[in-house]
Amino acid sequence: MISDFPPAAILILGALLVPFFKGNAKNWYVILLPAVAFYLISQLQIGSSWQVHFFGFDLTFLRVDKLSKVFGYIFTLNATAAFVYAFYVKDSTQHMTALFYIGSALGVVFAGDLVALYFFWEIMAVASTFLILARKTKKAQAAGMRYILVHVFGGLCLLAGMVIYITETGSIAFNAMTDRNLGTYLILIGILINAAAPPMQAWLADAYPEATVTGGVILSAYTTKTAVYTLVRGFPGWEILIVVGCIMTIYGIIYALLENDARRILAYSIINQVGFMVCGVGIGTMMTINGTVAHAFCHIIYKSLLWMSAGSVLYMTGKSKCTDLGGLYKTMPLTLIFGTIGAMAISSFPGTSGFTSKSLIIDGAVHEHLVWVWLVLEVASAGVFLHAGIKFPYFDFFAKDKGLRPGETNKSMLIAMAFMSFLCIFLGLYPQPLYNILPYEVHYQAYSFTHVVAQLQLLMLSALVFFLFLKLLKRTETISIDTDWVYRKGGRLFYYVVERVLNGVNALSDRAIARAIPAWLGRFSRTPVSSMVTLYMRATGKDRRSIEDFRREANPEATTLLPMGMPVFISIVFLFSLFVIFAFF
Amino acid sequence: MKQKKEFDWFDRPESIKKLWIMLYAICGLLVVADFFTHRHPHFGFDGFVGFYALLGFVSCSVLILFSKLVALVLKAKEAYYDK
Repeated sequence: MISDFPPAAILILGALLVPFFKGNAKNWYVILLPAVAFYLISQLQIGSSWQVHFFGFDLTFLRVDKLSKVFGYIFTLNATAAFVYAFYVKDSTQHMTALFYIGSALGVVFAGDLVALYFFWEIMAVASTFLILARKTKKAQAAGMRYILVHVFGGLCLLAGMVIYITETGSIAFNAMTDRNLGTYLILIGILINAAAPPMQAWLADAYPEATVTGGVILSAYTTKTAVYTLVRGFPGWEILIVVGCIMTIYGIIYALLENDARRILAYSIINQVGFMVCGVGIGTMMTINGTVAHAFCHIIYKSLLWMSAGSVLYMTGKSKCTDLGGLYKTMPLTLIFGTIGAMAISSFPGTSGFTSKSLIIDGAVHEHLVWVWLVLEVASAGVFLHAGIKFPYFDFFAKDKGLRPGETNKSMLIAMAFMSFLCIFLGLYPQPLYNILPYEVHYQAYSFTHVVAQLQLLMLSALVFFLFLKLLKRTETISIDTDWVYRKGGRLFYYVVERVLNGVNALSDRAIARAIPAWLGRFSRTPVSSMVTLYMRATGKDRRSIEDFRREANPEATTLLPMGMPVFISIVFLFSLFVIFAFF
Repeated sequence: MKQKKEFDWFDRPESIKKLWIMLYAICGLLVVADFFTHRHPHFGFDGFVGFYALLGFVSCSVLILFSKLVALVLKAKEAYYDK
């Protein structure tokens, strides 16, 4: 039956046909694919599944429940908008890798067991690397290499954990994990690497900003959010995630405040936002799980929107550094408005989608009386407005006019941004459609006079602080050292040390064993007597002159006092006879 | 033909002054509005008027100052990794 078909297959198989389309037809085709997948997901019946028998396992490539459906909706919805945005891209390779990437993310979400999940997990890592490489700059190539190495490492952790888990339980089923042992912890580590959790978070801000304009928009949504989905499915209520999530929220803010590149600021704020979600999974009540899923849903929309507006600026000006930009409100007013709507949504301004989703997580923490968690999340909420809400639009569009007059970006980009802006506001004013598709039933009212005033106080005072401290926040042409130092500089240091030590040993052995010792032995066997006498004379402190005089005058070898041939011959005969005796008698 | 004057309202000093006044006014009004809310303090210390305003102000100041502090160690030239 068509309705029980894995939606991942539509994108992955559909991608193979991309090269056969020419011109705008190609773009319409890639917009249509995720839109069709969206429709098919809406037709999937809760509880249906699709299995394949493979290597003695029944692999479940389709598991439909409310959780997988809501992620399916947002993945395909965002993909449709992203391909509208990418209407100007005519490169088949980029569209195909994007479709493979989004398709495999859908595959992970609908995978019913660990083996199917792992299969798509790895396709996702490879496809996303090609999206980074598509920028075709030297920086992008280097970042892409680092990116794939980190993800291969994460994939290996996941695989090792799965092997242990499957051996222990005898089942490949993927549901909420209850045992806490090496296997499940390795799986958790593998997932957390994709969620960009410290200390393995630096890959995100390292690689995403090096991707193409459209690549960045697409990348921002899937890898981290499939990780969030996997955490919701497998690790609800694991308290360690509360700590990890809280660290991520603060980490993202600090680094975003230090950053100069606009797209890198947005990359750090992904880590900050995913921190809220990871925290929600760690608390693990129905309310926070709902909050995590709702926040992932809204986050994908407004984060894509932010990447779209930063991407438009990059597309029109070729620049993304705050120090190069400024005053663009004069020529890119629409991009500014859409970007600001995204910035307000990420800051969870009342009236935007961030307000109706993030409040679920924070109020969930309050319900559990987690005072420190609540406080960290509130501080982080204020900080979001600081770095993503104001800093990004301010330095790109206002600040100091740098004399750039690029003009408004192209129409398809504006349409995509308008659509995403609409969703941000729609879900902010009327969140019920989203609440209806969450995994658990929602009894929540985000809007009350008290809540709105509290949230606005938090945000407006943050804005005040931003402008009071503006001098301190002035951008500099610097980067910030992150944990990727370990494999960027540390790797080079390791290479240097290894090169010095091992090649040093090599050279030393070469000089000593291959050259000096055999040469000396050769001399010694030719002139044993004079060599020994020389050694003796040297040891007793005779100078070089007299040694040489002695050797020239006495020339002991010439007198053939000791014929070397005979003793050697005798020893060989003796040894041979010994061998014969021991071997045969 | 005379070229259309560019929209540069946000660059003018007098507009920036207006924006500052607006910002302070909004912040003040929000704290005043707090007298009319029915807050149920969750943890005992979060019940007073303007709590969230104070929280926003203090946490953002601390975040900025802290980021300046770690910047002393973490900031590097853009070509740092190219060397």
